[in-house]
Amino acid sequence: MASLLTQKSLVIGKLTKYVNDCAKRLSSHFIYYPDNEKPISGETTKMNMMQAINNAMDITLRDDPTAVLFGEDVGFGGVFRCALGLQDKYGKDRVFNTPLCEQGIAGFGIGLATAGATAIAEIQFADYIFPAFDQLVNEAAKARYRSGGQFDCGALTVRAPCGAVGHGGLYHSQSPEAYFAHTPGLRVVVPRGPIAAKGLLLACIRERDPCIFLEPKILYRSATEEVPVDDYTLPLGKAQVLREGTSATLVSWGTQVHVLLEVAQLAEDQLGVTVDVIDLQSILPWDEETVCNSVKKTGRCLISHEAPLTCGFGAELAATVQEECFLHLEAPVCRVSGWDTPFPHVFEPFYLPDRWRCYEQLVKLLNY
Amino acid sequence: MALRAGFTFVKLNSLRQASRLLSTHTRPDVCQNGGISEFPGAKAPYVNEIKFLNENSYDPIPIYRVMDSNGRVIDSREEPNIDKEILINMYKNMIQLNQMDKILYESQRQGRISFYMTNYGEEGIHMGSAAALSPRDLVFAQYREVGVLLHRGITVSELVNQCYGNCEDPGKGRQMPVHYGSKQHNIVTISSPLATQLPQAVGAAYALKRMPNNDRCVICYFGEGAASEGDAHAAFNFAATLDCPIILMCRNNGYAISTPSCEQYKGDGIAARGPAFGLQTIRVDGTDTLGGYPEADTQSVKESRDTVVRAMQDAEKKKLPHWKEMLEDVYYDMPPQLQKQMKQMEKHLEKYSEHYPLNKYLNE
Repeated sequence: MASLLTQKSLVIGKLTKYVNDCAKRLSSHFIYYPDNEKPISGETTKMNMMQAINNAMDITLRDDPTAVLFGEDVGFGGVFRCALGLQDKYGKDRVFNTPLCEQGIAGFGIGLATAGATAIAEIQFADYIFPAFDQLVNEAAKARYRSGGQFDCGALTVRAPCGAVGHGGLYHSQSPEAYFAHTPGLRVVVPRGPIAAKGLLLACIRERDPCIFLEPKILYRSATEEVPVDDYTLPLGKAQVLREGTSATLVSWGTQVHVLLEVAQLAEDQLGVTVDVIDLQSILPWDEETVCNSVKKTGRCLISHEAPLTCGFGAELAATVQEECFLHLEAPVCRVSGWDTPFPHVFEPFYLPDRWRCYEQLVKLLNY
Repeated sequence: MALRAGFTFVKLNSLRQASRLLSTHTRPDVCQNGGISEFPGAKAPYVNEIKFLNENSYDPIPIYRVMDSNGRVIDSREEPNIDKEILINMYKNMIQLNQMDKILYESQRQGRISFYMTNYGEEGIHMGSAAALSPRDLVFAQYREVGVLLHRGITVSELVNQCYGNCEDPGKGRQMPVHYGSKQHNIVTISSPLATQLPQAVGAAYALKRMPNNDRCVICYFGEGAASEGDAHAAFNFAATLDCPIILMCRNNGYAISTPSCEQYKGDGIAARGPAFGLQTIRVDGTDTLGGYPEADTQSVKESRDTVVRAMQDAEKKKLPHWKEMLEDVYYDMPPQLQKQMKQMEKHLEKYSEHYPLNKYLNE
């Protein structure tokens, strides 16, 4: 017993130090830059991204009697609590648990939409969306096309938490947007914070094409903004220019937008240069005009995403930019991304395209 | 008492080759005037009366058990012959697992490890099923079968090293905690997606079956939630049609995260699907294992706790693997693109090393 006590106190003695280390290890790799501009006037409430998504679904369930919300553990609010309280408010026939089966969830949602209901399906993690790949890629995306416009499942929105979270490892960190971006007929959308999430999710739900809405899970609680309480949508297929400058164009989406905003600030402080920072928001279809106009102005383009380099969506952007802006380019288009490996648990600090990797590449781009 | 599930699985092993264990006792009334139609696993008669079948058309699948709720053997003829030493070892491993769960669960809450999943209440079924098999039989686990690993001789220290993802983790720190695996102990490395292991296990069983003089089989663990995945149904069907030497072992603990089993499936549970797919099926009592713990020998509990605490102290001293391990094992040989990316990161770290926690990782 005595020896056990000694060991216990040893453990506790080391605990404080270790918890501090852990906090460092698990700390997020970015600083959050909240949106200050409101898409509509009127009352606002402080919401994190989880609450903003909850609010968008609440509005939908309130105003659209056909709308249903479902997925694994959605009944009690979902593992990230985005559906919190909605079952109590709207009943078990509208907000409900499904069996643990992603292909079932996607197929069920397609059926709902085909028969006239508004379907909001939650996949617990984007990493687990792949069993639903067949339903989404072969069915949802092609329903209108193959029926000559007789049928569609535009009323389907599939929500899934994506992206790095500090300790998610292989199967709780992936960003699968590029897989779906290769599928004509789908819309793929990634918000960067609460205001964008609410407006884009409401737009997806009402959009007449099936949408995949990928929510960077690290933002659920860490991102807080004053969000308008009224109903509003943000346009799909449109990028947002968040910061304007002259020397380069930085493009990203989701969490990585905040990394680039920090890099832009670093560049201004350290190098005295200003850059455009663009949040693509819609991955498919994407806003070629905004990106290319910016690159024509700045002559330099850096694209960054968490997903691996090869065939990441940055590849598509880079190809289009060089095609459209060739004579304006002062340097080759640069991509900073996750490495071409699965998402590794303890190596996350080395895997992510963090501020320093982006900054280094920006310096190279400027000095090319 | 805690070993109830264990006994039942020894029994299952001995019955593996036996003929159909379960059959329905109540059958629809049959008019014997219309002949029959043959299905691969049944001869179905023609009838002239419309009659729908549902879960009440059959007797529920009974629950096999050796001991009663007080841990007494109900029928001595059913008591398997297991050496006392083995039984004590199984029991010790259950206590060890319980203590490890308690400590590692707390340590996850404290932020010492990033994730943990406990095995509470399911220890008995791990030990029983593991003891029934040979250590050479291949295990495809989910993430709540740590008792099987302990039974195979994997040490607490090895498990804790995996949870810390340090340089002693055979998985090289790439996966989240509790994703164990050991080639040496015939335990295929666990992955997070649910039910993916089921058809893989069936394929492995088929490969074993084709080996000359094979004496090995496969056991695959999964939960009742995972059984809803398409992969589970694919696995049941492949196992039956390709006649594979496999035990598909469903642990039904009543919940998948928050979803109760009544929202997961209807009918007589996962077991009822077995006969429908043409699989030998048995339902065993795998619960109530914690009943034995109040009587657990306090000395063994202390020893188990010490073992875990020591393993954690050691694990925390160890460095994480070298960052370059991040880029290894993606392919057998590293392709040129990855070599290029490794060089890029190397150059980046030369210049920006102060921004990376390099001191926590091995440096050569």
